[in-house]
Amino acid sequence: MASPGKSAAVKAPEPPAELVREPLVLNNRSLGWITDAIAGVCEKPMPAWWWPAFIVSVGGMITMFSLIAYLVSTGVGVWGLNQPADWAWDITNFVFWIGIGHAGTLISAVLFLLRQKWRTSVNRAAEAMTIFAVACAGIFPVFHTGRVWFALLPGYLFPAPNANEIWPQFRSPLLWDVFAVSTYGTVSLLFWYVGLIPDLATLRDRSKGLLRRFFYGLFSLGWTGSNRHWSNYEKAYLLLAGLSTPLVLSVHSIVSFDFAVSVVPGWHTTIFPPYFVAGAIFSGFGMVLTLLIPLRSLFKLEDVITLRHVELMCKVLLATGSIVGYAYGMEFFIAWYGGSPYELYAFKNRAFGPYWWSYWAMISCNVISPHFFWFKKLRTSVVFVWIVSIFVNIGMWFERFVIIVTSLHRDYLPSSWGYFTPSWVDVMTFVGSFGLFMTLFLLFIRFLPVIAISEVKGVTPQADPHHPLGGAKGHH
Amino acid sequence: MSSNRSKPHGLLAEFHTAADIFEAAIRCRDAGFTKWDVYTPFPIHGMDEAMGLRKSPVGWFTFCGGFTGFFTGMTMIWYMNKFDYPLVVGGKPLFTPLFAFPVSYEMTILLSAFGTLFGMFFLNQLPKFYNPLFKNERFKKSTDDRFFICIEATDPKFGTDATRTFLTEKCHAAVVELVED
Repeated sequence: MASPGKSAAVKAPEPPAELVREPLVLNNRSLGWITDAIAGVCEKPMPAWWWPAFIVSVGGMITMFSLIAYLVSTGVGVWGLNQPADWAWDITNFVFWIGIGHAGTLISAVLFLLRQKWRTSVNRAAEAMTIFAVACAGIFPVFHTGRVWFALLPGYLFPAPNANEIWPQFRSPLLWDVFAVSTYGTVSLLFWYVGLIPDLATLRDRSKGLLRRFFYGLFSLGWTGSNRHWSNYEKAYLLLAGLSTPLVLSVHSIVSFDFAVSVVPGWHTTIFPPYFVAGAIFSGFGMVLTLLIPLRSLFKLEDVITLRHVELMCKVLLATGSIVGYAYGMEFFIAWYGGSPYELYAFKNRAFGPYWWSYWAMISCNVISPHFFWFKKLRTSVVFVWIVSIFVNIGMWFERFVIIVTSLHRDYLPSSWGYFTPSWVDVMTFVGSFGLFMTLFLLFIRFLPVIAISEVKGVTPQADPHHPLGGAKGHH
Repeated sequence: MSSNRSKPHGLLAEFHTAADIFEAAIRCRDAGFTKWDVYTPFPIHGMDEAMGLRKSPVGWFTFCGGFTGFFTGMTMIWYMNKFDYPLVVGGKPLFTPLFAFPVSYEMTILLSAFGTLFGMFFLNQLPKFYNPLFKNERFKKSTDDRFFICIEATDPKFGTDATRTFLTEKCHAAVVELVED
């Protein structure tokens, strides 16, 4: 029925077999199957493990908030902080959580700009992880101020004058950080929501219950899938990706300025911004794998989040892990080559001082473990990948601990050296922050589509009007 | 269903594949319709050209947001730290665009993102909770695996019978009539 004129289908030559890419959705699943498989996750009752997991997570979250109440009512002394280490677990946890968020933005924005179509299967969950990680991150710097009402009242964090009419001073990187992190949280949320609108409309059109129909209807804003809308939508999505890319690079650069702009040996280095960004992406991909490997098998989504996805993410871990390893080496080299005895001492002290164990924990987790992924066999063994991803998470927490605590506990004046030990409140607040993170993530699984339905459909051959599976009749 | 007061909204044609709706969109464009639209579960590559749409102007909203953000940031920091309450800290200058840059940069991105989002909502006239299309049960599949074209009755070239014939015979689609009350 091909007719002449503009409607004639375009016939492209067949590519050679070795250039044919593996499909992103396996087993030639139909568009309807994709809707059912993904929307089904949040429509059916949750499987048996969900409730125990949710209860444990909520318990962790309650623990954290109770301990924060204890901290606010008593004082920051309930944490193990004391001179000379006035930043320790609190800021370690902050940098740890904010770093985890970066993989979500990398997947959703940077890979979108690079036209890496495989991102569509993992971006929704990774962006959710970003938002929840930023929520966990924000808690620590706010509450480490102790009298938190001063931090939240005008004059410290918010650009409004304090009781003496003094404004916040913008020469401090700590204030830059406030703007960077709050912008990051907000823009990540907007980007995530824009991506969700078409999928919320799908859920609206499928839902039977009155409450679900109301809320999905409300948040899908009356989306119809009109192409006049898609046209603006896709442009907006592209622009948000273009905005998030410099944003994600700037956020961890500014986080690193918190340290690099100071004059503490071990912190005052120019390598910090790129080194922090690479480390953030490394840790974030570790967390994405930790979350998605169980998710894909528990909800039988292996045809959408395929082994190829796992393998590609392992390659990102390998690349960023190598950058991180290089940065560790370069830091040591510059400490020697720079000629400052304080700097050199800070690094010797890291590797062989009283915190030697944290340094070597970091090295073994971050420098050694990603190099397993040179081997395809290991990249495609999901259990092995999952275990390594846990080590990456641990290693990256230790990296921040090493940077912060080993630099602070011995600086210029030996008479003021000390040794930081966490209190039980430190430990349980950090453990509790995982409770908050997992509570939010489990609620996300319960109520929202864990994979971007419309985006996955868009990368299938059925979506291509010039492909035979899309109905093209150009092959006479 | 259709009482005396209800007036026709348009004709809704249903398609099963991306290629079918792509070709039908080209025919509708060439037939000279103006008040019509294509509804798909995902954006179809090349559909904007097939429909003859202009390039989306969302970028202007982004630009305005970013411009506002950058200058708000710079002005805010200059006003607070140099003009309203000058306070020397660490011997650093009261204002330079250098230390004001990180915050202004973040403000640029923040307001660009808001400009993009609300610009898109404005151009798409969202949220819009009432839509005659929602009254059609088949149309629920438009967010699943079906493709639709709706030619509205307000289109100057619209004639219920002629348009129906056009859609069924030229575009090979199943057609139903939509009403609004």
